[in-house]
Amino acid sequence: MNWLIDFFGNPDNWSGPGAIPVRLLEHLGFSAAALVLAALIGIPLGLLIGHTGKGSVIVVVSANLARALPTLGLLVLIVLLLGTASIWPVLIPLVALAVPPILVNTFEGIRGVDPELRDAAYGMGLRGPQVLFKVLVPVALPLVMLGLRLAAVQVVATAAVAAYVGLGGLGRYIIDGLATQDYESVVGGSVLIVGFALAVQGLFTLAQKVMVSPGVSQRLRVR
Amino acid sequence: MITFDSVTKRYPDGFVAVDDLSLEAETGQITVLVGPSGCGKTTTLRMINRMIDATEGQILLDGSDVRQIDPPTLRRGIGYVIQQAGLFPHRKIVDNVATVPYLLGWEKKKARDRAMELLERVGLDPKMAQRYPFQLSGGQQQRVGVARALAADPPVLLMDEPFSAVDPIVRTSLQEELLRLQAELNKTIVFVTHDIDEAIKLGDKVAVLRVGGKLAQFAAPKTLLSEPADDFVREFLGRDRGIRRLSFVSSSYLKLRTDLTVTSSSAAGPSDDAWLMVVSEDGKPVGWLDRDEPFGTYVHGKDSLRAALDAALLSSSGQAVALDESGRVVGVATRKALDEALSEAADG
Amino acid sequence: MDDEQPLFRWSWVESNWNSDSPNSIVNLLEAHVVMSLVPVVLGLLVSLPLGLACVRWRFLYQPTSAVMNVIYALPSLPLFMLLIPQTGLTRMTVIIPLTFYALAVLVPAVVDGMGSVPDHVRQSAVAMGFTPLRRLVQVELPIAVPVVLAGLRVVTVSSISLVSVGALIGQGGLGNLFTDAFQRDFYTPAIAGIVLIVLLALVGDGIVLAAQRLLTPWMRARRAS
Repeated sequence: MNWLIDFFGNPDNWSGPGAIPVRLLEHLGFSAAALVLAALIGIPLGLLIGHTGKGSVIVVVSANLARALPTLGLLVLIVLLLGTASIWPVLIPLVALAVPPILVNTFEGIRGVDPELRDAAYGMGLRGPQVLFKVLVPVALPLVMLGLRLAAVQVVATAAVAAYVGLGGLGRYIIDGLATQDYESVVGGSVLIVGFALAVQGLFTLAQKVMVSPGVSQRLRVR
Repeated sequence: MITFDSVTKRYPDGFVAVDDLSLEAETGQITVLVGPSGCGKTTTLRMINRMIDATEGQILLDGSDVRQIDPPTLRRGIGYVIQQAGLFPHRKIVDNVATVPYLLGWEKKKARDRAMELLERVGLDPKMAQRYPFQLSGGQQQRVGVARALAADPPVLLMDEPFSAVDPIVRTSLQEELLRLQAELNKTIVFVTHDIDEAIKLGDKVAVLRVGGKLAQFAAPKTLLSEPADDFVREFLGRDRGIRRLSFVSSSYLKLRTDLTVTSSSAAGPSDDAWLMVVSEDGKPVGWLDRDEPFGTYVHGKDSLRAALDAALLSSSGQAVALDESGRVVGVATRKALDEALSEAADG
Repeated sequence: MDDEQPLFRWSWVESNWNSDSPNSIVNLLEAHVVMSLVPVVLGLLVSLPLGLACVRWRFLYQPTSAVMNVIYALPSLPLFMLLIPQTGLTRMTVIIPLTFYALAVLVPAVVDGMGSVPDHVRQSAVAMGFTPLRRLVQVELPIAVPVVLAGLRVVTVSSISLVSVGALIGQGGLGNLFTDAFQRDFYTPAIAGIVLIVLLALVGDGIVLAAQRLLTPWMRARRAS
């Protein structure tokens, strides 16, 4: 507790390039950028594969690979190979690890829609894209949102680890603190990251409540 | 009118779902496709709105080949009702019903007014309109399904086992509701079921299909019962064919005796062996004179011969009490009268 | 290191494969297996009674699942850091958070698994006179196995890959190869580490899959027919 008081009470942590708000914004920036990129890849791909049923192997393989690939190893290798001149190389693993949860859940969401519903939609004269966007997407939305939430939380965590290979953000407090044996900085940074992750989790949970039709959310969902 | 002209559906693996089918579904009538599972009845139905495309032959909708029409456009002009209703869970009931009008570009207010009108028409409380599908019972959802299919007032309605997932009591009421609606609307309905009783109850004409997608017989229910084309149809119709056929014979053929009724004020009857029906002042049946035994009634001319026979079997006397539509006794059908009517019915 | 280092140097693998050094590949592998396996086993042992309790007393499920959701969202690195004052730079610092992650996946899996037992099966077991305990052991748990083991596969694989983050506090098993690679600007250990961890994950996944086949012979019969 004392560490925390020292950390948050230290005026050095509230000004200059290492100030808490600056680090927080950095972390938010990287995470948001990675999540948006991942969503731009994962959602259309998930919709396409789920709707057409073609290429579902990609989904299964990417899901398993993403779980098995060690984050730190990927970060280290990318940075060793591409250098640290810009932050873009660091974003690659962040995006790569965020795509699978989005892709898998979007795919599962679309594919899991009751075939009767799809049938009824076509039978009433909706065209392919109308079936997808007017019926399948609203019904699959809880899973799409779940995928985004899991990806967001994952990105926030990976971005913290990425401080080790030179990325800014809240992870810096931990990595720099470990290097200089400044334990109050390590604890302070850890608490900030945990708080940040929980805030992201809460935000997405809330967004899901707002966006998903009450007619759909009564349905039981699986993770 | 929907015309099937030598229609065959063959899948790439060689499986033939529908084999050289030719039949006509008359305008304004209910045509039922019935048969065991694997007989291609659903495939046949789905070829009409091109959910499945036929491999050979032609399907004409009022003379024009459905293959010449863009499927979504075709489907917007054909109502489609399926087993689990297939309601959109994310839309309120009123918006579910208004789906096709929205697709056709009706303005929102008009579409919703139409939806409300239809909900009432299929016997649903207007309060249901603002609910979501999961808040409704299976039978209510099925009614919404029918309302949704009718929303844009399509001349043709396709119904794929619409009532098979609800319990028997609800099913009976949905069937009667459909007949009542059809009496008002006169749609061209093609109805798929595996239940022969449902087929006979609803169909103006019934097509019995056998496994492999071949048409076994296409006839009015009465003809089906009296002259099944072959053993398959006979077996599929099941037992009690003779009795069930009487449902299609009017009770008006029964010769009634009016001398077997007495008003409650008058005392003894003509003889001790005859069963006399005591009638109250306002014409309602009271009971057998001097005998505390049950009696059965039917509505003369409106009910079928089967109902009259049933009424007779329920009476200890073996006589059926004939009523008019307001419940007043018009006479008694004796065993002799029933006998004559039955032998006439047997002769066709 | 010069700029022309090869992507992969086999000689490094040979000389570091099995030495007395605690950082030899074999020793790191052993540490990795222990740190990833213990959370999986602990998680399974705790999640079974916890999940069953949630099934038995439905009101427990809502709060439990909320807690599990929150745990699942916690990033691993800061958790390791916050445990250091209690557990120091030991394996426990890595094992404890991973155990909680395992719980976060396995408790819902146990609840879903029990939910996958068809009601008519449960009812007929009751009607035949099974005592609640026998019914659980002989009827319900076997039917729940596929769902629970599906969760276990997820946990095994992610546990194996997550251990490597522990390298930042010197307890990462094969993950230590990543910090080594970064400090020396040397590709080979990083690649070797990634490959070994993915292979280990595959092996772990395969073992759980084999266990599932063994425990549910009827599923195999169904697949074959």
